[in-house]
Amino acid sequence: MSATSSTIVNLPDQKTATLPKRSYLNNEDGLLSWLLTGDHKRIAILYLISITFFFFIGGAFAGLIRLELLTPQPDLVASDTYNKFFSMHGIIMVFLFLVPSVPATLGNFLMPIMIGAKDLAFPKVNLLSWYLYWVGGLFTLAALVLGGVDTGWTFTTPLSTHYLNTHVVTAAVGIFIIGFSSIFTGLNFIVTIHRMRAPGMTWFRLPLFVWSNYAASILMVLGTPVLAITLVLVALERTIGIGVFDPTKGGDPLLFQHLFWFYSHPAVYIMILPGMGVISEVISTFSRKRVFGYTAVAFSSVAIALFGFFVWAHHMFIMGVSNYSALVFSLLTMLVAVPSAIKIFNWAFTLQKGSITFETPMLYAFGFMGLFTIGGMTGVFLGALGMDIHLTETYFIVAHFHFVMVGGMLMAFLSGVHFWWPKMTGRMYPESLSKLAAVTTFIGFNLTFLPQFILGYLGMPRRYHAYPPEFQVLNVLSTAGATVLGVGYMLPLLYLGWSLKYGAIAGNNPWQATGLEWQIQSPPLTENFIEVPIVDHEAYDYEWLAHKTEQEVTTVG
Amino acid sequence: MHISPVLWQFLVKWLNASALFPREASTIAPYADALYFFLLLITVVGLTVVGTLVFGFAIRYRKEKHPVATQVEGSTLLEATWTIIPLALFLICFVWGALLYFRIYNPPTNAMNIYVVGKQWMWKAEHQGGQHEINALHVPIGRPVQLTMISQDVFHSFSVPDFRIKREVIPGRYSTVWFQATTPGTYHLFCTQYCGTNHSQMIGEVTAMTPDDFQKWLQASTSGMSLAQNGERLFASMGCNACHNGTASARGPNLSGVYGSKLQLTNGSEVLVNDAYLRDAILNPSEHITAGYSPIMPTYQGQVSEDGLIDLVEYIKGLQSNYRIQQTLVTSQADQTAPTTPTGVKP
Ligand code: HEM
Ligand SMILES: [Cu+2]
Repeated sequence: MSATSSTIVNLPDQKTATLPKRSYLNNEDGLLSWLLTGDHKRIAILYLISITFFFFIGGAFAGLIRLELLTPQPDLVASDTYNKFFSMHGIIMVFLFLVPSVPATLGNFLMPIMIGAKDLAFPKVNLLSWYLYWVGGLFTLAALVLGGVDTGWTFTTPLSTHYLNTHVVTAAVGIFIIGFSSIFTGLNFIVTIHRMRAPGMTWFRLPLFVWSNYAASILMVLGTPVLAITLVLVALERTIGIGVFDPTKGGDPLLFQHLFWFYSHPAVYIMILPGMGVISEVISTFSRKRVFGYTAVAFSSVAIALFGFFVWAHHMFIMGVSNYSALVFSLLTMLVAVPSAIKIFNWAFTLQKGSITFETPMLYAFGFMGLFTIGGMTGVFLGALGMDIHLTETYFIVAHFHFVMVGGMLMAFLSGVHFWWPKMTGRMYPESLSKLAAVTTFIGFNLTFLPQFILGYLGMPRRYHAYPPEFQVLNVLSTAGATVLGVGYMLPLLYLGWSLKYGAIAGNNPWQATGLEWQIQSPPLTENFIEVPIVDHEAYDYEWLAHKTEQEVTTVG
Repeated sequence: MHISPVLWQFLVKWLNASALFPREASTIAPYADALYFFLLLITVVGLTVVGTLVFGFAIRYRKEKHPVATQVEGSTLLEATWTIIPLALFLICFVWGALLYFRIYNPPTNAMNIYVVGKQWMWKAEHQGGQHEINALHVPIGRPVQLTMISQDVFHSFSVPDFRIKREVIPGRYSTVWFQATTPGTYHLFCTQYCGTNHSQMIGEVTAMTPDDFQKWLQASTSGMSLAQNGERLFASMGCNACHNGTASARGPNLSGVYGSKLQLTNGSEVLVNDAYLRDAILNPSEHITAGYSPIMPTYQGQVSEDGLIDLVEYIKGLQSNYRIQQTLVTSQADQTAPTTPTGVKP
């Protein structure tokens, strides 16, 4: 694909252009130089490869699940195998893909550059996070290889502690360790943002991507320890029977639910907030406009993060919490929905009076807007108490959180990967193929998950291996959609790989974007900036950029 | 929202016949569906607004049409609008949802009670008259039915989509749900909380019958012993009546009429005696010492099954006088029932 056929305005002349001689990629050679690196950009690449690996393992399980559900009979695999499939799918996708996805890859790569710093505050801790991620990942894989685990990703007691003979403790240890990786990343980000901003980079000049990762980091640091404690309790209960969750020993099985959701509801915001940051950057760049209501968007991220801690019991409306606490949690849930709505409208109005082009990242961002709106609105169904009774624990929940996590988060992730690919590798991806992938993903996604809302209202329970025959038609549609979706995810893997060698040379700022990361060479030098930048303008200041480009032209000329 | 009754009837008929919508088979179902349609409506409206804005702007301000962007700071007025309108809508959903929740989870006082025990992987229902059924539940239409449920092992969840009800069934704790079936027929009963290997096989059928048919069914499936009678037998065989014999010198408190009363405990607190309290007092007696008694009752943890506990609770619930307990003392034959309390006998 030639670059001229696209709307990209600013690619260098492909005949003469070359990649920069020295960059973070070739600064040092050899595997060891990668495995011992302290460079946030190299660590980001290590993460990118790792989470892609796990994403496709998790995806393979998704395929197996959908294949089993093609027919109402339990005919592909036995029920315990099926249970292991959806457990591995959930555990891998949530803990090894969604939680680290944007922060650990794009966040790691970009955040120091965006604030004008040479690296994160603690480069060695950053590398340690990646190793912890892998140690945890290996435990999880070990649990899989040794025979699997069938708790679901929610590890509900007393099922997980007293009634299963699978590798619960191994998997729990894995997640416990991954949790530390996430805590360290969060701490590193918070300290970096507070302490290492370049001169002139005030809080309200920060790109929104930094704000949203900041909010997510707060959640990681405050929420993850609760998950760690919960898993320790599960392991102790299982091995030595301490009895905190066991009613026959005076424990309380509902306590587990409280502790688990106290982490896991904020965790969904850990997963989605950084994605929202990506969307702000992309929409602003391709409409060449400042994000509408910058301050509101920045604060709504922090508001979501803080209020996210007060809604966990909406996962327990049917579990015998008192009617009055159900009321309070339902009200709070509705209140958290508001900042999400605000964001959607701010993004939409960023487009107004813009000068819009439709590059691949923008297509993914549009996909995000639609799917996230559906995901958010169906959250209101679940927050409305009486409705939740009928819908919870059915396929409606499955559809809801896939719309938010997969439709929202994954679209944002792919948007971001395409957007910053030229910066990370110095090369462009092939334009038409990537647009095809974006459209395929969108269609496949809707075909997979829209039928599940209907299945949910009909009452099909989640985590079912066989189901009454009248649900089959909708399940067949869903499986067909999953096939299309699978193709949509495979495509980028192939053409991005291809582009590493054959992609057009991107130049420093192919999108003519304003962020500091676009003012340095692609791929960047190990030290990011040759001299410390001084920031004298707001984020998304396109007039400043136009002015600057003009100056460069005149000085060069 | 007010829809003309004719239109509503038509809609419901059409939906009930459609494969995309569950049947409406309880008194709650129309209320749940009304909220559902409201939520669906605001979702569609919201999506249309967002879609129109995004596509409208994208077409109108695409680069070819609008080569230079105009920078806009933001707008407090606009932002206030899209904060307040969603907030108002969500608050309506909250209030509506809460009203529905209270309707679904607050049983009417005249409900007939059926016990349900969940265990890996079956549902066991126990009617007052002692009828047992597995993965099946027979209920009359036109009458509120309350289920008192407990799990013997892990979390389960009792769900009847056509009734729009669901409730978690929790180990070690009674939970309740109620419904009033409107249309005779059989309906799916699902376990919706993942409960291990055969979770997806833990399903059954709820059969709603006319009251006459239901009476016939009760008669045909009786085992001859009611829950209370079973409880009475257990009460004797486990030696409960050695202490709880209702006499003045008894070492345990008198149980007649205790159900529904307020009880003073040694630690100074006052508790309402309900099913949950009775069950707990049998399993963890040392935590509930009635004022004036010493903590000598042994725990029965591990000695009675959940079914047995239900029988005992049902027996104690029905005790209105000591006469019956005294009869229990002398009833040695297990299947022999104590004579009913003659009216006028004062404890
Ligand atoms: C920021 C975006 C959101 C994310 C990332 C998200 C994610 C999730 C996930 C993963 C679950 C499933 C948990 C399970 O396994 O059972 C879930 C359930 C739920 N979500 Fe969301 N959600 C989001 C937005 C919303 C909104 C806007 C609302 C309400 C207004 C909402 C309300 C709920 C409720 C009430 C449940 C619990 C359903 C139940 O178990 O009864 N969510 N969400
Ligand atoms: Cu179950």
